[in-house]
Amino acid sequence: MTMKTISMCLMMCLVTGVVSADWLQFRGPNATAVSTEAKAPADDLKIAWTADLPGRGLSAPIVVGERVFVTCSSGPGQETLHVFCFNAADGSKRWERAMRSTGRTMTHNKTCVAANTPCSDGDRVFALFSSNDLFAFDLDGNLLWLRGLTFDYANASNSLGMSQSPVVMDGTLVVQSENDSESFAAGLDVATGRNKWKLERPKAANWTSATVWKNTVALQSSAGILAVEPATGKTVWDYSDGASTIPSSVGSGETLYAVSHGITALAPEKGSVTQLWRNEKLNSGTASPLVLGDSIYVVNGAGVLIKASVKNGEEAWKLRMKGPFSGSPVAAGKRIYIVNERGIFQVIDPEAPEGKVLKEIELQETVLTTPAIAGGAIYVRSDAKLWKLQ
Amino acid sequence: MKSSLVCLLALAAASLQAADLSKPIEALRAVGKEGQGNEAAGKAWQEIVKADAATLPEVLKGMNGANPLAENWLRAAVGVIADDALKEKKLPVEALVTFLKNTQNSPGARVVAFDLIHRADEKLAEELTPTLLEDPSSDLRRHPVAKLIEAGNVALEKKDNAAAIVAYGKGLGGARDEDQIKVLAKKLRDLGQKVDLPKHFGFLMSWKMIAPFSNADRAGFDTVYPPEKELKFDAVYEGKTKEAKWVDFTSADEYGKIDFNKPFGMEKSVVGYAATDFFSTEDRPAEIRIGCKDGWKVWLNGELLFARDEYHRGAKLDQYKLPCQLKKGKNTILVKCCQNEQTEQWTVEWEFQLRVCDATGTAILAAK
Repeated sequence: MTMKTISMCLMMCLVTGVVSADWLQFRGPNATAVSTEAKAPADDLKIAWTADLPGRGLSAPIVVGERVFVTCSSGPGQETLHVFCFNAADGSKRWERAMRSTGRTMTHNKTCVAANTPCSDGDRVFALFSSNDLFAFDLDGNLLWLRGLTFDYANASNSLGMSQSPVVMDGTLVVQSENDSESFAAGLDVATGRNKWKLERPKAANWTSATVWKNTVALQSSAGILAVEPATGKTVWDYSDGASTIPSSVGSGETLYAVSHGITALAPEKGSVTQLWRNEKLNSGTASPLVLGDSIYVVNGAGVLIKASVKNGEEAWKLRMKGPFSGSPVAAGKRIYIVNERGIFQVIDPEAPEGKVLKEIELQETVLTTPAIAGGAIYVRSDAKLWKLQ
Repeated sequence: MKSSLVCLLALAAASLQAADLSKPIEALRAVGKEGQGNEAAGKAWQEIVKADAATLPEVLKGMNGANPLAENWLRAAVGVIADDALKEKKLPVEALVTFLKNTQNSPGARVVAFDLIHRADEKLAEELTPTLLEDPSSDLRRHPVAKLIEAGNVALEKKDNAAAIVAYGKGLGGARDEDQIKVLAKKLRDLGQKVDLPKHFGFLMSWKMIAPFSNADRAGFDTVYPPEKELKFDAVYEGKTKEAKWVDFTSADEYGKIDFNKPFGMEKSVVGYAATDFFSTEDRPAEIRIGCKDGWKVWLNGELLFARDEYHRGAKLDQYKLPCQLKKGKNTILVKCCQNEQTEQWTVEWEFQLRVCDATGTAILAAK
């Protein structure tokens, strides 16, 4: 891209007010669940298009430029693993790859093999499945490399299914396969898929995903949170007071909000961790919390959205939403978006005095996943469909 | 003469294409654990996907004897070539049918071939379906079994019970997947037919069992108790809460569950063992398939096949498939089954189910 083209693009952005940002992983930019785009989706959201999917999936869509990627699993034992690329503009299919699981595909009925959200470094897409099959494609669907992590490490599996989404940072793809038996996290070279490092992790089932925060990858487990250098896997800091094994923590500014004993706000420094505050009443259900402005938002197991101060954890209000929720909330501008298990997409105004549900869209399908936001649009998937809301 | 020349030229071109692909296919087949060979495979894959659709059988053939990772590299390449060929209506359907019909080709590759035939010519795929009932691929068997279930249902609607019994019975004979077997067994039983599920699956129903050894702090999983050193069925050992003695146990469960709670009571933090002899008519490859939600280990003729220390995350038929080699005559199978300390209602089970079958899931029945 020439300087002239860059200048023209910048001019266009200034004119239209839209600066598009990709949504490259579970919970988007730095796994915060908050869009960094200048312009949030409009309040009069409608279904722009719908694409059919051939299989199940709890994985969230990701968006790279004009491409939307989503994974599915199909077949009697969910052995067929699909990676799709759709055009963001109209939902047409650019390409599809269908692979076969090499690891175990047994899961609890509620989840499925396509449970881990893929991630991208902008040039490549990394699709990990519950069977521990991992594929790297370029954006045009060329297979760059693959791994079978249960083929490599035979006891790395969970009979209930796994869902830890990978993250990519500084040329390293960080994957977790944390379970009761052969539990590990590994940093892989994005170009080759070879191990740069591999860490033993607590032998306990874990469905949380890593948080990308302050040049570290924070690995959460029942033992606590271990922050590592992505390139080496070396410990930067270690919080060992326990943490959730389902909802994942979130970092914002200088603070990591750990899903630990409710929410525990941590200010980690190299080698040590200072606890800023703890509110045990901020109990997340399945959904992961998000930070928007000076507030943290938690969805509890009863489907109640709780707003609290990031400064001291003090609760501001509670808003009962239509639950239950398996997916996590996401946010853009001054709005929070979440879909319940019955497929009711809800737009929330968190600045209203007690919070307010502004809009509901009935997707009329079971939705167990987290939306993605990019280009002023929101993407949601079910076991059979991918929607663009705009 | 002219047509012979054309054929010769076509054959020469085809063999050239095949020869051109042999090296990149070999690069894909060379991938191994921990990303070994990925760099070379990535380059080779780019070469293969540029090949003409006529090479599809050759690329599929690359899957024969390949490890599952290499199969996926090749599967992805076939997908790319086939997508283009289908758009241009250039899929070599006849060659794919030939490939499918050769049961010496790998089951995984033949499944891909059948799917491509189905995408190109649905009617032809329908015609081929009945021929797949006794196929070495359990995936391919699903299609004719589904058709037979449909045929039985149609006959039943017409109140032609005899025809329904024939269709369901034939379907059950070919079925290898639990979901289809369950449907067929129920249909046949509803029509007054007897179905022997333990025999169909090949569950081992009669065992000698001993317990309770200690699994305090889950340490029993790695503790070598006497049955791992000797199988002496009249021996008595010190157990966790009482003497550990061998007892005879025959399962009455048609899914072959071997339940330690029945002879030994609902103990917690305990280890039990079950042993049985399986008489094979020949030296042969086989699979021991186990379903178990407790910690377990399985030995065949003293050789440890696999060990799994996961507790109460769920169990199902064929949860773990353990390739093994049976010898002609007596083969001794030993199972270690570890119950943990959890007290929730869903952690009561201290049991396993085990069957001996071939790679298709067809039961290998004991000689005696």
